[in-house]
Amino acid sequence: MRVNGKGLIDRSRPVSFTFDGTRLQGFAGDTVASALLANDIRLMARSFKYHRPRGVLSAGSEEPNALITVKRGSDAEPNVRATVQEIYEGLEVRSQNAWPSLGFDALGVNDLAAPFFSAGFYYKTFMWPRAFWERVYEPLIRRAAGLGGVSGTASAAEYEKAFAFCDLLVIGAGPAGLMAALEAGRAGVDVILADEDVQAGGRLLSETHGVEGLSGSDWAARAIAELASMENVRIMARTTVTGAYDQSTFGALERVSQHHAPSKDAPRACFWRIVAKRSILAAGALERPVAFQNNDRPGIMTASAVRSYLNRWGVAPGRNVVVFGNNDDAHRTAHDLRAAGVHVAALVDSRPDARVTGDFPVFTGAQVCGSTGRQGLEAVTIRTQSGTEKIATECLAMSGGWNPSVHLTCHMNGRPEWRDDIASFVPKGGAIPGMVTAGACNGAFSTHGALAEGQAAAMETLEALGKKGAKSDLPDAEDTPYRMSPLWAVGGTGRAWLDFQNDVTVKDVKQAAKENFRSVEHMKRYTTQGMATDQGKNSNVNALAILADVTGRGIPETGTTTFRPPYSPVPIAAMGAGAQGKGFAPERLTTSHHSTVKRKAPMIEAGMWYRPSYFPVPGESHWRQSCDREVNMVRDTVGVCDVSTLGKIDVQGPDAAAFLDFVYTNTFSTLKPGRVRYGLMLREDGTVMDDGTTARLSDTHYVMTTTTAAAGAVMRHLEFVHQCLRPELDVSMISVTEQWAQFAVAGPKSRELLNGLLDMLIDNDSFPFMACGPVSVGGVDARLFRISFSGEHAYEIAVPARYGASLFEALNEKAAALGGGPYGMEALNVLRIEKGFITHAEIHGRVTAFDIGMERMISAKKDCIGQTMAARPGLLGAEREQLVGLKPIGAVKQLTAGAHLFDPENPATREHSEGYVTSVGFSPTMGVFLGMGFLKNGRARHGQTVKLVDHMRGIETLCEVHGPVLHDPEGGKTRG
Amino acid sequence: MGLSCMIRKGVRPVVELLAKSPAEGLLPYAKGAVELSELALGKAASIAPFKGQLDAVEKALGQGFPKVGRTTGHVVWFSQGQYLAIAMDIPDALGKYAAITDQSDAWCALELKGAAAEDVLARLVPIDLRQSQFKRGHCARTQLGHMPLHITRTGNDAFRLLSFRSMAGTMVHEISRAMDLLAARR
Repeated sequence: MRVNGKGLIDRSRPVSFTFDGTRLQGFAGDTVASALLANDIRLMARSFKYHRPRGVLSAGSEEPNALITVKRGSDAEPNVRATVQEIYEGLEVRSQNAWPSLGFDALGVNDLAAPFFSAGFYYKTFMWPRAFWERVYEPLIRRAAGLGGVSGTASAAEYEKAFAFCDLLVIGAGPAGLMAALEAGRAGVDVILADEDVQAGGRLLSETHGVEGLSGSDWAARAIAELASMENVRIMARTTVTGAYDQSTFGALERVSQHHAPSKDAPRACFWRIVAKRSILAAGALERPVAFQNNDRPGIMTASAVRSYLNRWGVAPGRNVVVFGNNDDAHRTAHDLRAAGVHVAALVDSRPDARVTGDFPVFTGAQVCGSTGRQGLEAVTIRTQSGTEKIATECLAMSGGWNPSVHLTCHMNGRPEWRDDIASFVPKGGAIPGMVTAGACNGAFSTHGALAEGQAAAMETLEALGKKGAKSDLPDAEDTPYRMSPLWAVGGTGRAWLDFQNDVTVKDVKQAAKENFRSVEHMKRYTTQGMATDQGKNSNVNALAILADVTGRGIPETGTTTFRPPYSPVPIAAMGAGAQGKGFAPERLTTSHHSTVKRKAPMIEAGMWYRPSYFPVPGESHWRQSCDREVNMVRDTVGVCDVSTLGKIDVQGPDAAAFLDFVYTNTFSTLKPGRVRYGLMLREDGTVMDDGTTARLSDTHYVMTTTTAAAGAVMRHLEFVHQCLRPELDVSMISVTEQWAQFAVAGPKSRELLNGLLDMLIDNDSFPFMACGPVSVGGVDARLFRISFSGEHAYEIAVPARYGASLFEALNEKAAALGGGPYGMEALNVLRIEKGFITHAEIHGRVTAFDIGMERMISAKKDCIGQTMAARPGLLGAEREQLVGLKPIGAVKQLTAGAHLFDPENPATREHSEGYVTSVGFSPTMGVFLGMGFLKNGRARHGQTVKLVDHMRGIETLCEVHGPVLHDPEGGKTRG
Repeated sequence: MGLSCMIRKGVRPVVELLAKSPAEGLLPYAKGAVELSELALGKAASIAPFKGQLDAVEKALGQGFPKVGRTTGHVVWFSQGQYLAIAMDIPDALGKYAAITDQSDAWCALELKGAAAEDVLARLVPIDLRQSQFKRGHCARTQLGHMPLHITRTGNDAFRLLSFRSMAGTMVHEISRAMDLLAARR
């Protein structure tokens, strides 16, 4: 029900939205909760376990009951708190966890069975039969008990991540936060002021007392205007600081566009990482409910929430209201309502000595001990010294006192301290380095107290930052003492709710203690108190007070459970913002990419690089056709392949040769300038790390190539070796992978092709096998290496990357004229398998130089990384699985990578495995599948028969073991 | 090596190679108060002075070298013991004192300019780029999303961004997405 003349909403701007399909109207400035209450809708949700009818308990982000789903289809967002969601024109709101409807929920029968559902019910009941848990019980329970569901379709919503830096982060824009920000801002430090609310002011927006003669909201507006005018202050509204992390970093969630109609372009939310030299926590306090029988009916809410709805949104949550509390603060609710013309049916104060004045019935030393009304509150029962009395009412405003919001101070394992005078936990100083706490979150509950602490916190912080603050005069504000007497639960038999979100009652906590779950952490897990979206903000202290009582300990000894980030829910989509689709990983494209894609080559990812699988020509319908043709092409004429993706590292310096001798197993100091050598690199543990060719361009200048996949790892390794192991060596490294576009030109006609392009002709004398040197192509300085990964007469030509695309075209044009063309990764793989060359399929991180038959490449004349470790017992000898070639010899001709090798006489079981297959390919050259793999004592078993078994694909093939090199073992073709 | 055996094939080269810039065809892109465009670095070379040779290098080039994270003239700090000389002639004699490596084609160089440039970068670059902390000429090795980045503030509202040439497409994609999302806020 709207109350005339109240509220900060804009009555000139009506806004219509729907709730479960019904069109409703609110005003700009309304939340879903305030707009529903204005429309006299109190029933907003069903509870988690018992499907009890529920309305709002609070008016803030701590709301445990009124969880809703907004929007529809893939845009839908479940578990949105109705108290946080601002309404906008056309907003669709749906209730959750109810079927068929919110008004009649079939699973409401759970409530009747409540005596069976006490704490530990699931653990005790669904124990047997064991197998039923996963298949029967859990799905059933999940269906019955739950929150909102996800849409099941991928959301197109955008999210953002961002970084911010400041001298001072002020968390909370209530009186304490505003005062702190004003003082710090005026002193000129970089301030970020973050508040989860859309409007600054905190409780000032919900209370009737003013500041400095202005209304609370006007004072806040003036303060925020002054802050907004300062260049060194950044105001972040709708931004919840969700976590405090190491090195003064804070996580924060900003609701960017959730308050207006979904747009394709705007991010829904932004997850901030804010690095602040100092921080001031001014997070305020949350009012706690009182546990009494049936204290969960729609219409029962905290007293401060009633004031918020009345003073901020101009809504009376009922035509008449009963106020019930244990403190003076609750009286304000009755006075505010009365002043606004709302009928106050009674004020009930549990303290016998409470002093109350007011034009309404007052009961002191009395308690509300029960309620009636199925879908909404109809009456409450009051127990006084003289008996019980039933009072008809639509709303109960209850207050059990205030809990300072200490959560962020506990994120780095700090524990709050108990203060007896306010019966609350307050932050322990220094729990977060650089953080000062101020205002209600620190236990200062008056406006004056908040302003004074905010100012003091600013002064302390400014001093720590080495700045001088000029203390301004504190604005006049109320300084009412906070008088209260603890009241956690009203005695009685029925169910009295502590945790509304998880349907945990006083009884459940007592039951947990009785079953010896007496530690607060055990109690929490046994009863589920404090879980889900509100994380126990409303119930934590009440529950542990009950636990303390039944275990006979005090509250400080009982302690709290651990508050962890996030303070309020953060969508995973916000944390992972930008990582979908193309944002998942960068795409590395070669200079030939465009041309390759135009030739309709399917691309595969290698590392982050995109490389062509094969180049289909008209008439080819299967990749094998293309691959076979490309292999034959390279063997018969000439092929062109972009090999720019291989790592290229420029190594220079007076000690470059010594450095390479140390990182490679073989010797590079003896390599002549203008020559290339194959090198093998070990890890420190003696396992093979990488291989590749390294060219010596001059005495002090080498260019190393690495495999595509290990380029980054090798660079890191080299830097480690240089910086940590051999800092005395005068050598420097830089990656030139990106600088050069490099193409393999392979096949018997490779020289012919190059001589059609190079500015000077080459022959076998000027460019023998393993030569390198500068050449010129089209007037551009290029590098030529005569190396081969195919076993053919082959070269690699490198030009500065800007010419890569152009050179690729030129190479292919020339190749086509010679009957050749481009080839892809499939053909490259077959060519190297035929030749017995290894890749990371073989040197996969567990094999040694001995395993691949290269132990003689570990030079004994010098030390190198991994040399000693490679000689360890167990890394050499017949027991090792050694690199072999495989060829099918039986009726089955197929070989598969990943298959295991067995003695044909043995069953194909794990304990009989003698090795495995690493690479396979159909060799058009040999007309048969070829494989490479590792076989126990393999080098001594050439000519023997082994059984290849692939249990995954159901393949069993008899193979002959041979040496890995089948194509041109003498190497005549490469040298020719 | 028998370079002398090579036979020159006449005066004119037999093929004409065309140069292509890393972000060719992708830029410029403007949105809101920011513009993203490709920068032509010109000749760029890394200079890594050999042990104890920094003085000799400075003398040979006739200019001082910057401290970590700073720029001096055309020389920008690039990495540990490594500098990048942009659009500068490097005398051959310098090779005695330092490792010189051509980097002209290795980097995609972009310029992000405009009043909201800092805000766009705040979406992608995890370091403090506030004017008060990261002034004109300041530079850093950091990240742009998942990509390696060398960033220099070149003006009050202008930055030079260097990342791998092969990642040019992703660079443009990530930055333009951040520009779009920022501009779509209201």
